[in-house]
Amino acid sequence: MMSGFWTSEFFHNWRHNASAIAGSTLLVIFAVIVLAGPLLVAQDPYDVGSLNLLDSYKPPMWLDGGESAFPLGTDGQGRDVLASIFYGTRVSVLIGVSAMVLSCLIGTALGLLAGFYGGWLDSVIMRIADVQLSFPSMLIALFLMSAFGTGIDKVLIALTAVGWVVYARTVRGSTLSEVNKEYVQAARVAGLRDGKIIRRHILPNVLTPVIVVSTVQVGTFILIEASLSFLGVGVPITKPSLGLLIKNGFDVLFSGLWWNSVFPGLFIMALVFGINLVGDFLRDELNPRLK
Amino acid sequence: MTAPLLSVRDLRTHFHTFSGVVKAVNGVSFDIGAGQVMGLVGESGGGKSVVGFSILGLIDPPGRIEGGQILLDGQDLVGAPEEALRRVRGRQISMVFQDPMTSLNPLHTVGRQMDEMLRLHTDLDAPARKAACIEMLESVGISRAAERLGAYPHQFSGGMRQRVVIAIALLAGPRLIIADEPTTALDVTIQSQILKLMRRQIADRGASMILITHDLAVVSEMADHITVLYCGKVVERGLTRDVIGAPAHPYTRGLIDSIPDPRHRQTRLSQIPGTVPDIRNLPVGCSFRERCPRAQALCAQADPPLTAQRASLHAACHFPLTEAEAP
Amino acid sequence: MLGYTIKRLLQMVLVLWAVSVIVFLMMSFTGDPVFMVIPIDSTQAEIDQARRILGLDRSMLAQYGIFIGNLLQGDFGRSYVFGQPAMELILERLPATMEIVVLAVVIAAVVAIPLGVYAGANPGRASSRAIMSGSLLGISLPGFWVGMMLIFLFSVRWHLLPSSGRGDAVEVWGLRLSFLTVDGWRHLILPSVTLSLGTLAILLRITRAGMMEVTRQDYMKFARAKGVSRRGVLYGHGLRNALIPVVTIFGLQLGDLIAFATITETIFAWPGLGKLLIDSIYRADRPVIVVYLMLVALIFVVINFIVDIVYTLIDPRITVK
Repeated sequence: MMSGFWTSEFFHNWRHNASAIAGSTLLVIFAVIVLAGPLLVAQDPYDVGSLNLLDSYKPPMWLDGGESAFPLGTDGQGRDVLASIFYGTRVSVLIGVSAMVLSCLIGTALGLLAGFYGGWLDSVIMRIADVQLSFPSMLIALFLMSAFGTGIDKVLIALTAVGWVVYARTVRGSTLSEVNKEYVQAARVAGLRDGKIIRRHILPNVLTPVIVVSTVQVGTFILIEASLSFLGVGVPITKPSLGLLIKNGFDVLFSGLWWNSVFPGLFIMALVFGINLVGDFLRDELNPRLK
Repeated sequence: MTAPLLSVRDLRTHFHTFSGVVKAVNGVSFDIGAGQVMGLVGESGGGKSVVGFSILGLIDPPGRIEGGQILLDGQDLVGAPEEALRRVRGRQISMVFQDPMTSLNPLHTVGRQMDEMLRLHTDLDAPARKAACIEMLESVGISRAAERLGAYPHQFSGGMRQRVVIAIALLAGPRLIIADEPTTALDVTIQSQILKLMRRQIADRGASMILITHDLAVVSEMADHITVLYCGKVVERGLTRDVIGAPAHPYTRGLIDSIPDPRHRQTRLSQIPGTVPDIRNLPVGCSFRERCPRAQALCAQADPPLTAQRASLHAACHFPLTEAEAP
Repeated sequence: MLGYTIKRLLQMVLVLWAVSVIVFLMMSFTGDPVFMVIPIDSTQAEIDQARRILGLDRSMLAQYGIFIGNLLQGDFGRSYVFGQPAMELILERLPATMEIVVLAVVIAAVVAIPLGVYAGANPGRASSRAIMSGSLLGISLPGFWVGMMLIFLFSVRWHLLPSSGRGDAVEVWGLRLSFLTVDGWRHLILPSVTLSLGTLAILLRITRAGMMEVTRQDYMKFARAKGVSRRGVLYGHGLRNALIPVVTIFGLQLGDLIAFATITETIFAWPGLGKLLIDSIYRADRPVIVVYLMLVALIFVVINFIVDIVYTLIDPRITVK
């Protein structure tokens, strides 16, 4: 199995694709930050007791007045920017991935139902999707959040509410093309149970587009969450994501204290860039139409 | 014999793909005289279309013409500047593609696509060009031609579109038409109409034609000469009656045997066993030997050269068929 | 054509109705607006009185009836905060938003389409790969962060451009417009560039993908076989075919731009619709939010209609049905 992977065309193409390697490298780095971030920095930015106001607004270590204890400087409360970023990355990634999983489950289920059974169910689901798609997801999420108030759970609900549509559409499309194939028709005529047909024949075929969509969706969700938090309707200030860190940095940007907003922004950019590079590679590799 | 119109000498066109070099055309030579029709025959994947595109200099990367000569009136087109090639394309040599559904631009009217050809290759003014387009459309059998100039390709049937494509190909009065499977995508009933049309138009204008096809039946009706390609090489060539009547190469024989013959009520068509080998790493020796009923030890050791056989035939085979073995 | 237009108009009405229901439901879930209109030391009786006046004591259905009835009569209510008719407030702010949105679209199209055509027509070149990496980076950037960085560099560091506000505006036919004054332009540039980045990256990628798809088509090779130059084939035959998907995305992007204008306007303190919306959300100013949503829905529906018409102009195979 493993030796099959190392000699596969997929791995071979990956090895010869600089963008894919760069993207994967970024993702590995961020995986380490997410999993082991707290172990890599000395400070717990949430622990108010460990903060010292005397350390406030220290610049990055390579500038005059910087200290090696705070490599990327500190904020107004003496919080280490790097530590904030590591903890914030965890929040951003947690939200991005959870929202992806949730919207994937719901969207895939609805897409399968719509594609497999057709009829009024299909019409209802797809009309809702159509109406929703004619509005920018950012705007929908913004209104849901303004109704819900801040909170990680509420952000997840809002992101899922805007994210399911992409999955439902993709899965419905692939399901339809499978349902019309002869072997599925034959299985239906033979009296195989619907659940079994979906599991055995349809699900494996919709998996590829779902994987491709999922990668990119995580990046999209992270960016939407950042925008919501920037507008003040995202995560609570007690658990800042990268987006909220940028917002906090914005308030002091005009005084020339750039490091509070520049670094979280660079991290979010690197994270989403990595995701999109890998997503691009997966789409080209897994989409047989383009080959 | 006078100098040929087009003379292809040892043409080699290779594609440098990720998984190896595809030698789609690997040392092909043939001549076409003025007014002649030559059938270029072989199975799909045999490099026939690549020959056509090479002649027009339309090989795009990763493909490249590696060597050989393509002499039009003695002028070599290989390595000629793009400017010069553009004056050859359409004006001297034009092409008819396989699928009429995709060879016309869906967003331009038929009239505009015809007019483009005349704008590029003649000094006619707009009214004269329009008149020429109408006349040409009528001559390929499209009624109400003046009206139809304003129509879009999707408003025509497949057969009608191929007539339009042929009209465009003939418009600038080329001396050679390369027709790449011109009827394969059409209904059987339309096929013979289109072939008749092409034969008449070519004859009327004294033009020559290379008819690229996998269908020997079509070629035997249309062509004066036949060149058979296999794995990028010429395996047999000669006058049509000689090649069809008594081929020397077992591959040609295989192709002929797989033509449905209305005279003999065969219960089953014979097929050439096996498939075209992976062209990226051809074995030493004759490329056809693994599918050949006559293959012997020698075939695995040496690639047979193209040598003169009976009558007009040239074949690349160590153990050619004799006339007595004719079908 | 007439039948089609009527059908589309009916569809638009249906969508707008659906939006009104959704807006109404969402509004009912947000905080109680009664506290926005009464003094902080009001008695319970005064609160109940205010509720009655606002119709908040009725059933949901009755409230919706009042809501839709008022909308149909053109009465969109008064802003709780400004005391001004909500529609008036929105229309006052609309030109400012349209200015940055239109300029952003123009910037995006002018930069993205030529680069996309180039990258699609020359896929192997290093310059094309650089363009594509750049565009991928463009969609990976948080737009608001880019805006902040532009402010930091151009305003805080280099003092080249103003960081907020609209600058001098000129009144034309009752519309306040910035793009007619030099100072207005100085204020317009940063917000518009910020807003355009995401759209620019997406348009570029779609144009390139369309171009790559088109270069594979037989009619491109056929045109070359006719003797058309490489350039002539790309622009004369390829571009229009490649633009068909671009038109769809263009319509969708216009909607996204209006949405993202909320963030851009917040950063640059640009007095447009988006900033008004965010302020209204903070202050639970329901009538303004409702009018904003209905107006945006109307704009989207109209854009979609226009996109469909543009389609038929580009592609003769598509006819309105």
